[in-house]
Amino acid sequence: MIRCQNLVKTFRRARVLDGVDLTIEGGERVALIGSNGAGKTTLIRCLLGEYAHEGQITIDGLSPRQARAEVLGRIGFVPQLPPPLKMPVGQLIEFAAAISNAEAETITHLARRLGLDVDALAARPFNRLSGGMKQKLLIAIALGREARLLIMDEPAANLDPAARRIFFDLLAERLQTATMLISSHRLDEVAPLVNRVIELDMGKIVLDDKVADDVSLSGRMRCHLVVRRAEPALAKALAAWHFSADDTGTRWQGEVAGADRLRFLGTISRYVAIIKALDWREEGEA
Amino acid sequence: MKQMWLTAKLDIVESLRARWFAIYTGVFGGLVALLFLFGLTESRVLGFIGLSRLLVTYIQLTMAILPIFVLITTVRSVAGDREAGVFEYLLSLPVSLSAWYWGKLIGRYLMIFLPVFLAMTAAVIIAVLRAIEVPWGMFAYYTALIAALSACFLGIAMLISAIARSTDVAQGAAFMTWLVLLLFLDLILLGVMIQGRIAAETAIAIALANPLQVFRTAALSLFDPQLIVLGPAAYLILDTFGTRPYQMFALFYPTLLGVGCASLGYWLFKRGDLP
Repeated sequence: MIRCQNLVKTFRRARVLDGVDLTIEGGERVALIGSNGAGKTTLIRCLLGEYAHEGQITIDGLSPRQARAEVLGRIGFVPQLPPPLKMPVGQLIEFAAAISNAEAETITHLARRLGLDVDALAARPFNRLSGGMKQKLLIAIALGREARLLIMDEPAANLDPAARRIFFDLLAERLQTATMLISSHRLDEVAPLVNRVIELDMGKIVLDDKVADDVSLSGRMRCHLVVRRAEPALAKALAAWHFSADDTGTRWQGEVAGADRLRFLGTISRYVAIIKALDWREEGEA
Repeated sequence: MKQMWLTAKLDIVESLRARWFAIYTGVFGGLVALLFLFGLTESRVLGFIGLSRLLVTYIQLTMAILPIFVLITTVRSVAGDREAGVFEYLLSLPVSLSAWYWGKLIGRYLMIFLPVFLAMTAAVIIAVLRAIEVPWGMFAYYTALIAALSACFLGIAMLISAIARSTDVAQGAAFMTWLVLLLFLDLILLGVMIQGRIAAETAIAIALANPLQVFRTAALSLFDPQLIVLGPAAYLILDTFGTRPYQMFALFYPTLLGVGCASLGYWLFKRGDLP
């Protein structure tokens, strides 16, 4: 699907991509990780045909630079930072659908599934939405097309747990039809979503590894948590995950998306001193 | 073609919500209102009277305001969009670069031209309602002149936007371009000629190449054949070429200059880094 051969990108004297050789086959879910300045965004922009570069890139045998419209017609992209567009939400959906030969209704439907009230927001300028709302809309636009390659730069960073769970469901629906490249500077953010990890450092690939992908993207974890005493900060954190407590505020239960289990553990790890018991199992397990 | 119109529409929608457009429209609408308010149609200066007096004042003010406004707002908007990540996102959608670039240019052109034209049209409508005689030939020529002026400076602005990588550099380059053109206007050119003893042909060539000077000469040539208010270069130009051919030159040369600059900008844009 994606072939990069000796990919080099230089900005003035800085060599940001330094001879990257990379092959990603159809159906793979790849985490692109690395610290700030490692070259992740530059690689993504090269794949999108936005940067002139040395070496070769082909997507399905076509150059994203030479055959832009054809290649980009197969790619759904979610940027890390939403663009400061002033156009209203309704017009952005119409524009993206028209230019991508997609159905505006499909995008709207996906946005609604992610919890975005598109009808109420249709007239609001995109740049006036909250960070989470913008992210949901950009995800809906990327997934609302017949994209065979999904390139996402920290796609779930601004989403609340409920929206993340739906986002994972949406990705699970595309597992058979799309290749995914998910960029993040933290592996734990994306590890449950992928079956391959590529780490960039100083413009070179320093790690290329397969990972176990036993975690189902659409799976659910049923979780019970007992704490020594009611703790307002923990209660607030668990409420964000839509957990409910008993009258004493010491027994909590709720549901965590399978792909979000590492993130959930990260959240409760801050309160580990007051956790008495933690029981969680995948739904369907005895 | 569909992609190009979609991009043009996108730019129009973005412009309609931008502060620069509100100010721009307000300035030209306000100018017409002020000119009527101050009774310019009743005054007589250098033989101009009625609506022709208003139109000639309006076109002079337009020539002073429009170039710098178009240069600064266009480079700010294009370079600003690039810096803010708008290009990164919108150019990840399946749109060809030619459709994107020329669509953006068409959208921007309409947003620059229409407020100036509509303000002038409003003046004509008011004149008709007040039974003031309308100089239709002048109105038509000034419309064409504004269209050419808009195309010229938009093309230059798109070229600057394609070359400059940051908003600051783009704004600085746009301002310098305007300043250089301003310095080589007729009267200043005369001073340079006297001081530097440059050949008259050189001064004329500079005056002919300077779109600001071309517009200025053409706008006043309709009414001031003696060119009392213009400088010697303009007088010599009209004497050499004749009024009518020069008026045609004043429409075609700046338009071609604008299209040429925009085409060079496109060539640079498509071979470089987009965001």
